[in-house]
Formats: sequence, C-alpha cells, structure tokens
Amino acid sequence: MTVLPRWVDIALIPAINLVLAFFVSGLIVIWIGENPLIAMQVMLNGSIGSAYGWGYTLYYATNFIFTGLAVAVAFHARLFNIGGEGQAAIGGIGAALVCLHFGWPHWTLAFPAAIVGAAIFGAAWAAVPAYLQASRGSHIVITTIMFNFIASALLVYLLVNVMKAPGQMAPESRSFPAETHLPTAHEMFAWIGVSFPRSPPVNVSLLVAIAASATVWVLIWRTRLGYAIRAMGWSEPAAIYAGIRPFRIIMVTMMISGGLAGLMAINTVMGEAERLLIDSVQGAGFVGIAVALMGRSHPVGVVLAAVLFGMLYQGGVELEFEMPAVSREMIVVIQALVILFTGALENMVRAPLERIAAMFR
Amino acid sequence: MDFATVIQLLDSTLRLSTPLLLACLAGLYSERAGIFDIGLEGKMLASAFFSAAVAAATGSALIGLAAGTAASLALAALHGLASITFRGNQLISGVAINFLASGLTALIGQNWFKLGGRTPALSGDARFLPIDFYFSDTLSTIPVLGPIYSELLSGHTLMVYVAIAAVPATWWVLFRTRFGLQLRAVGENPEAVDTAGLSVTALRYQASLICGLLCGLAGAYLATGMAAGFIRDMTAGKGYIALAALIFAKWRPGYALLACLLFGLLEAVAIRFQNIDVAGVGTVPVQFMQALPYILTVVILAGFIGKAIPPRAGGEPYSKERA
Repeated sequence: MTVLPRWVDIALIPAINLVLAFFVSGLIVIWIGENPLIAMQVMLNGSIGSAYGWGYTLYYATNFIFTGLAVAVAFHARLFNIGGEGQAAIGGIGAALVCLHFGWPHWTLAFPAAIVGAAIFGAAWAAVPAYLQASRGSHIVITTIMFNFIASALLVYLLVNVMKAPGQMAPESRSFPAETHLPTAHEMFAWIGVSFPRSPPVNVSLLVAIAASATVWVLIWRTRLGYAIRAMGWSEPAAIYAGIRPFRIIMVTMMISGGLAGLMAINTVMGEAERLLIDSVQGAGFVGIAVALMGRSHPVGVVLAAVLFGMLYQGGVELEFEMPAVSREMIVVIQALVILFTGALENMVRAPLERIAAMFR
Repeated sequence: MDFATVIQLLDSTLRLSTPLLLACLAGLYSERAGIFDIGLEGKMLASAFFSAAVAAATGSALIGLAAGTAASLALAALHGLASITFRGNQLISGVAINFLASGLTALIGQNWFKLGGRTPALSGDARFLPIDFYFSDTLSTIPVLGPIYSELLSGHTLMVYVAIAAVPATWWVLFRTRFGLQLRAVGENPEAVDTAGLSVTALRYQASLICGLLCGLAGAYLATGMAAGFIRDMTAGKGYIALAALIFAKWRPGYALLACLLFGLLEAVAIRFQNIDVAGVGTVPVQFMQALPYILTVVILAGFIGKAIPPRAGGEPYSKERA
C-alpha cells in the first residue's frame, strides 16, 4: 500500500468526494426539472448571504459540531457510535431537569449545570451499549441503534405521562424559567454595541461547541488517554500488549462520545425551544455521522463540515421556499450522498490516487 | 379477552409480521454471506414508494411490485458496489442507503404527486387484494375452527403467504443446496471459498441481490398490500425491527419466523390496547410495548439468554491480496 501525501489525504480526497456528492445531487435536481446552479445560489444566499442566514446556519452548525465530535471521538477507537440521536434526546432530559427543578438566579449558573446535566445523561445512555460491547461483546452498532428507539419511546413516555405541563394537550414540558434563558447572538452582539438580527436562535452554546472541539483535539492528540484511544483504534492486540485495557477505553470513549452528543441539548432544548419537546434532535445525531466522516474525525474538519451542513440545512429551508419543486428532503439526499462517497465509497477515489502516487515515487 | 378478540389479534399479528419476516429473511441471506446490512429499512422504503407510485400510475399492483423490487435491487447493488467491490464500510454504506431512500422518496413523491410526499390512494387492482380460501364463508360458522380458518388463515394478501412460504424455502436453500453451503461458507471463511476456486465477489453479490429482492417484496406489501398507498417514512423503523429479529433468531430461518411473529404480536397488542393493565404490575404503557422488540434484542445481544453469534466474516470486506 502506498502512503499518500498528507494534503491528498486530508484535503484532496474529501474535496473530490464532496464534489461527487454535489454533482450527483445536481443531477437529481436536473431530473426534477430545476436548474442546480440556481438552486445552489439560492442555498448560498439563504445560508451565508446575510447575518440572518448566518445566524441560522451557525445554530444548526452548533448541533452538528457536538454530534460530529461525538461520532469522531468514537471513530478514533474504531467504535461506530450510531446512537447520537438517542444520546442527544436523553441529554435533553438532563438539561430540562436541571432547568426545571432548581431555582436558578441567573443563566451563568444554570448554564454550567445544564452542560453537566446534558453531558451526564448523554454519557449514561451511551454507557449501557458501551458496557455490553466491552464486557459481553455485543455489537455496538446494533445496540446503539436499538438504544435510539428505546430513547425515543422513553422520551415520549416521560413527556406524555410525567413531564407534561399541566393543563395542556401537547406532549411538552412546561417552559423553562426566564432566568435560564441563554443569551442569543442578538443579545451578545448588543453587549458590544453591534446589531445582529433578533430571530436566529444561535446562542452562547456555539462557544461551548468551539471549546469542546479544542478540548477534543487536546484529548485525542495531547493526552495519555487520547493516545490509548488511538492505539485501540489502530490495533487492539497491540494496545493490549502495551498495557491498555480495552474495557476501560471502550467505556471511557463511548461515555465521552455520548456526553458530547448529549451536549447538543443545551443548544436546542435550553437555547432554542426553552422547553423539552418530543422531537428536538431532528436527525442531528445522524448528521453527526456525515460530519465526522467528512471532517476525517479531526476537530477542525468536524467544525468545517458542521458549518457546511449548517449551510445545507438553512439553505434547504430557503430553497424549499424559493423553489417549491425541490423540497427540504433534498438535504437528506445530499447528506446521504456525502456519507456514501466519503464513507462507504471512499476507496473508489482513494485507490486510483494511490496508483498515481505509486507512479511518482 | 374473548375468543373473537384473540383471533383478531392473531390475524393482525400475521399481517404486521409479514413485512418484518420478508425483511428479516432478506437480512439473513446478506448477513449469512458476510455482508452486514443495516440498509434493510431504506430498501423497503424505496420499494414501498416505487411500488405505490407505479401502481397508482398503471393501476396494476403487479407492475408496482416489479418497480418497487427494481428500486430495492438498485439499492442492493449500490450496497454491493460499496461493500464488495470498493471494500468500504458496510455499516456506513447501510446508513447512507437509509438516508438516500428516506430523502429521495419524499423528494420525488412531492415532485410527482404534490401530496406532501404521499402517493394517491390506491384502490381496486392497484392493490394486492385479500385472497379468500375456498368455503371460508360457509365454514366460518363452525365453532373455534371456523374463525381460525376463515378469519385467521384466509383473507390475507398474496404476500403474507409468500412470506411464510419463504421460510422453509430459505431453510432449504441455505442448508440443503450447494449454493446455500457456499453462501454460508463465504460468510464464515471467505479465504476457504476463494481457495476452493469460487468467486467470493460473485457469491456476495448474489446474496445482496436476494436481499434486495426480498426487501422489495416487503416494501411493496407495506404500500400496496397492507396500506393503500405510500406515506412518508412509512417503514417507520420496521427495517431495524427486522434486523433485531434477525439477531433474536440467531441468523436461522425457523427462529426468524418465530421472532417476527413475536414482534408482530407486540405491535398488534400495542395498537389494539394502548396501555395494558397487568394484574400485580400495574399499567404497562404503550411506549414500553413499542420499545420491547429493541429491549429484547439488546438482552439477546448481551448474551443473557443464549448467545447470538453472527457469521464470523460478517462486516469484513474480503481482499484477495495480503496487505
């Protein structure tokens, strides 16, 4: 096997895969009978053409950074955590309990507590499949898928029977107290005298997401634990030989992963809805898979890919508005194609490039 | 609970188990050949959409079935391309296929019919109609056996009987034919199959396509047999329940039937009774019933009730040359 130059590996291959995914998406748009270039222009305009668009793009990106990091951390130990969706839903319960059951005087106190609550709940939900993988050898992909469904049933049960606000029909918790309101970009920019549109829900959680990315980078590449995680991912027998205990690494990695997915709740549940809804995750857990694959499991890549998917989500809303023939599901198709080309069909692009690289050696 | 209710419950169990069973057997072929397939859901969904769309356009359920199966086969071929030819990650490929199907069916559905992702309601020959057994009307008056014959066994659509017949057929193919032996060998030890001069690639593609075919039948049944048309994301996790049933059945056809009937029964009970009062336990919430297949699968996977051991080479792409 030929070793590819670094820039080919981290920049060229993802770029080619992305172009392929967009090319096929373009063909689908043509097939529907619309002009893909105009569609792309509408999406770009809607997502990054205005402060308003940026506000939504970054709101979505915040979710995807958390779920993308969650998948990426697990990938480093060669674990495929497909359960981000469930872990984020359960993280929402954690954040909601923290916001509802303590009399917080100010958001600066409620926020760290909600971060801890969401992360612990997410981590706990990932801990069960992790334990089953580590000690009983149950395939983590299957158990995390099952746990997504169990989480959604649990959430519905809790919202219908336990946490539902009294005197209302919709399965939602009551609204969080005003003191737990997180500052949005509108409010934060106002502190420094800059005006930013009021409606986009992007909030202080974005900063937490950026901090989480930096922390993950330090964890994976600058700590002993990170080394152990990567060693496990490269070769489990070698890791065992080096005195690394797989049980411990699987548990810790999955709980970090679940905690990161759970953190998404501070953005959606606490930051945006300000109450617990039945479907606040809305597929973001799965987008995390695409984001981690595109970002090559590197925090910088994850942040870039998350912003790209934020653009797709926000642009997709605008696209549906401007071009009714292309409905929002176009985003799901693009997402699927990105996963397909960057994940499953990666060798299609890599193998020819390796052959070319071999010629120039 | 009286006898008539039991019969009705079992009747709907049979109906609800059918798509699970077809998809479960689909997964059985694929996974026995060493290809993990979490894309059962997507293939069913694609088939459900195209079978309903084409049946609506042509007025023929059979042409719809052909179209749906073709869509499912196309996705199966894509899964094969990714996981056999390009030796990609089979799980990631499955995830991609599920999203592709979910997105494309809604997108095309809205574009073609402008009904918010639905297809027009099907009626008459555009649906698979119930097949009534001989004398089911006359015999229904006989106590006990009458209702069992005329309500439980008779009066289902073709696909229900096809699904049940597929169970012994699958057993026979896998365990009594040369092809079946090769298929199982390629899932346990592809090197040995390769050494024997057989093509690992060809066998795995065949398994993938059989999987696509059966998922196609499952999807067509959902949209043109059980329901009268396609609605968005109508598989609603059935592909994953089928996957769960496959593990529950430990990759064996006979147990697959039992597992699918069990999960179908759970669904039928959840639909009919919502919250159930169990003496001494209290009320069992409907959400628990819905989550039960997944919980049971996790318990099985954890090895607390017997050990579920997947085919040994499952999930591993096969490469001839040594790296």
